[in-house]
Amino acid sequence: MPDTLLDIRGLKTWFKTDDGMVRAVDGVSLHLDRGETLGVVGESGCGKTVTARSVLKLIDMPPGRFEAGQILWQGRDLIPLSAEEMDKIRAREIAIIFQEPMTSLNPVYTVGYQIAEVLSQHQALSRKQAIEGAVEMLRLVNIPNPQKRVHDYPHQFSGGMRQRVMIAMAMSCKPKLLIADEPTTALDVTIQAQILELMQEMKDKLGMSIMLITHAMGVVAETCQRVVVMYAGKVVEEAPVEALFGNPRHPYTQGLIRSIPRVDRGAGRKERLEAIPGTVPSLLNPPVGCRFAARCKHAMDICVREMPPLKEVGPGHRVACVL
Amino acid sequence: MAGSTPVSLTADPPAGAAATAAPRKQVRFSPTREAWRRFRRHRLAMFSSFVLGVILLAVLVGPLIWRVPINEIDFASKLEGPSWAHPLGTDDLGQDVLARLLYGGRISLAVGLAAMLVACSLGVMIGAIAGMSRGSIDAVLMWLADLFLSLPALPLLLLIIYLFRDSLKGVFGPEGGVFIMVVAVIGGLRWMQVARLVRAQILSIREKEFIEAARALGASPGRQVVRHILPNALGPVIVAGTIDVAAAIIAESTLSFLGLGFPPDIPTWGRVLFDAKDTIDIAPHWALFSGAAIFFTVLTINFIGDGLRDALDPRRVL
Amino acid sequence: MSRQYVIRRILLMIPSIFGISVVLFTVLALAPGDPFAELAANPAIPPEVAASLRAKFGLDDPVWTRYYHWLLAMVQGDWGFSFASRINVETLILQRLPTTLVVIGAAQLLAILVALPVGVLAGTRPYSIFDQIANTLAFVGFSLPTFFTGLLMILVFSVQLDWLPMVYRADIGGTGWSWLWEQIKQSIMPVMVLGLFQGASLVRYVRSAVLDVVRLDYVTTARSKGIGERAVTIRHIVRTALIPVVTLVALQMPVVFGGALVTEQIFRVPGIGSLLISAMLSNDTPVVMAVTFVLSCLVVFFNFIADILYGWLDPRISYR
Repeated sequence: MPDTLLDIRGLKTWFKTDDGMVRAVDGVSLHLDRGETLGVVGESGCGKTVTARSVLKLIDMPPGRFEAGQILWQGRDLIPLSAEEMDKIRAREIAIIFQEPMTSLNPVYTVGYQIAEVLSQHQALSRKQAIEGAVEMLRLVNIPNPQKRVHDYPHQFSGGMRQRVMIAMAMSCKPKLLIADEPTTALDVTIQAQILELMQEMKDKLGMSIMLITHAMGVVAETCQRVVVMYAGKVVEEAPVEALFGNPRHPYTQGLIRSIPRVDRGAGRKERLEAIPGTVPSLLNPPVGCRFAARCKHAMDICVREMPPLKEVGPGHRVACVL
Repeated sequence: MAGSTPVSLTADPPAGAAATAAPRKQVRFSPTREAWRRFRRHRLAMFSSFVLGVILLAVLVGPLIWRVPINEIDFASKLEGPSWAHPLGTDDLGQDVLARLLYGGRISLAVGLAAMLVACSLGVMIGAIAGMSRGSIDAVLMWLADLFLSLPALPLLLLIIYLFRDSLKGVFGPEGGVFIMVVAVIGGLRWMQVARLVRAQILSIREKEFIEAARALGASPGRQVVRHILPNALGPVIVAGTIDVAAAIIAESTLSFLGLGFPPDIPTWGRVLFDAKDTIDIAPHWALFSGAAIFFTVLTINFIGDGLRDALDPRRVL
Repeated sequence: MSRQYVIRRILLMIPSIFGISVVLFTVLALAPGDPFAELAANPAIPPEVAASLRAKFGLDDPVWTRYYHWLLAMVQGDWGFSFASRINVETLILQRLPTTLVVIGAAQLLAILVALPVGVLAGTRPYSIFDQIANTLAFVGFSLPTFFTGLLMILVFSVQLDWLPMVYRADIGGTGWSWLWEQIKQSIMPVMVLGLFQGASLVRYVRSAVLDVVRLDYVTTARSKGIGERAVTIRHIVRTALIPVVTLVALQMPVVFGGALVTEQIFRVPGIGSLLISAMLSNDTPVVMAVTFVLSCLVVFFNFIADILYGWLDPRISYR
């Protein structure tokens, strides 16, 4: 039995708004084992970011709330934990990096200060030692001339370098899990590759697990061992990566995979890029049945009436579809 | 996050399904209705609108109903507290405070409104020119705005009144002269914020595609501004305008309070307070009522301005 | 913070002062009648002084020359001769300026000390009871005109309770602690009136700045580092929200001076605000012009300070 680090069970994170309750995450279950990279894919607004932030309880709680579910970290439910107890887990056991490196770093402090801040929080270090630790981390993420650059401000770095700094900051306390929320979406394609490579390197060096949130199927294919597909606040398919790409069972997954632009195919046969028609349903009043039914080619009466449960269709492969 | 398309494109919603709420009533989505809805939720703003309405009514219609003259001197009943004959008491000449406040209110409010109009028209014009022309005209206008912003308003106001009071009196009569001067100067020192708002709106919108489309269809810059850009800028300008009214009322009251505003026989609220301040120990009602008049008017305007900001220029926290 | 940033900011003050002087002088030049009619009429002015004043202001010269001479005189510190007080204007102003600066300074300090914590608390707990009350009180605070608040305070504290003196005296006797105590007692009301008025609008600015910052990504990043909510608030939210607040405080200086003017009148504080009013009421033009000029220069100076503070607080700015 693989060592399960993170086990999310039936998580429901809802938001109170003027127009009603937005059910951003509406019954999501997934798990992540030690040493693996789990991909979480879906289009914008499907709830993957909210799920990620829920793990570290980084959701603004006045509008947001945990309606139901458990987030088990090494067997311990994080939801009832107090803020102080969460602080011991943040950065030390689970770390997170975000999509926008431009705005994720505080512009008024040097990068050295910001990395040292994490270090001194979780380890008893003098100021000098913390800065030295920061230099080490910068070196680890391949930032040239770290001794000097540790005293620079975020605006003096390029986007890709800033993301490296974020990674350095996240890794500084050697957490067991890194949640990466669309880490490369805001970067150039060439830089993307570098960052993904860096994350892989960190994973190998530090024996870390990664939860990679993205909407780019190509990235998932390259880097993940297992994949979870989300749609409109729910999980629709979950599989090892080869099974997902080789044999996608849910119509949405199939649509996603088909819509990946393929240079090899398109050039020769002039295929049209396939898109999935329709739009995401409202999360304020989600439909009672399968949420993909409105856009699904194969939708049947029963799809609209009832939400299909996740059923096992292969080893480690589950689908929420009647097909 | 949430789209608002109907639930299903292909199937009808199941009849009698209790779990799904019926599809939301498709109200015609209009910005004004949205704005009104948001304004309504700001309870203090709604309440203030009511109170301000009462004040406006009182000031406009009051003197017609409460027909006690404002300058009937009666030393026998001077400095009396509130009574049936004089609901707000009398001043040191026995004049009825309520009647004076009602009358003076017209002027104070008129000054506020007029000054706001001056500030907004100037601001919209200058801001539009600056935003549309770019380059050196824009730079010059903005430098001018910065310059005006660093001028201390009250001292300058006082200075201008000090220097020009007599000559204007000759042309427009004592009240008219002071009115024009006060309105012109207060408004003339408040156009900068509005100009900046309008300019910022123009700069952000003018590069958008629909303006390019209008340009391609042959719309002149003036037409572009008026038909397409200004409606978008309207929200923040309205909010700024509301605040301008409150600021203008305070400015005029301050002037009158310093004895440098309207002629002494015109009972603007600031002037009444000026008269009242020396006898505040023996006749507090006089000062309190006049001060309260200014306070409540300004307070309600400020709350309304806040409500308008929520309605027209919202920054969504939740 | 780079030296050239500071130098550039200093140099920028010059065109501002220049511009202001042009505005003031234009206003004076446009004024009909002879503001110096007093000169001829006032027997207290020795004729040589009157003649030299006329010459200095070059009342019969073209506008440009007059402006040039006036500006030169202003810059050299020769601000003329006061009709009413019969001393040099610059002496008069220098006598009374410190009082104004002390009162304004103390009031701003009070305003910041109150507004910063209240605004931060309100901004980090939006729409809570505390926020709603703070917001409403802030509105009340800046809707109350300073002259009304001042009168109310006098009514309560001087008349009813007789705790504080009604009139400010520059010549209170005594030394040491008793002098200080008297000084404090008579300064409390003007400082509080000004300070609370400023504080009220400052609370809203701080709250607004905090609300702007709280939603930014780097705050979430800070929280994800497990440093604790208090550290997040102080090190990340307040520190960055301070930047626009500082600018706002400096841009408010013109308004503060206006408020000080009123306060000095009510409490009869012998500062340059009340000097301006009395000079106007006694047609003492040189004093009027000089005080307005000084006030404007002070505003420019405070804008400069704000720029420096801004550059110090925000590393992105000064590295340009």
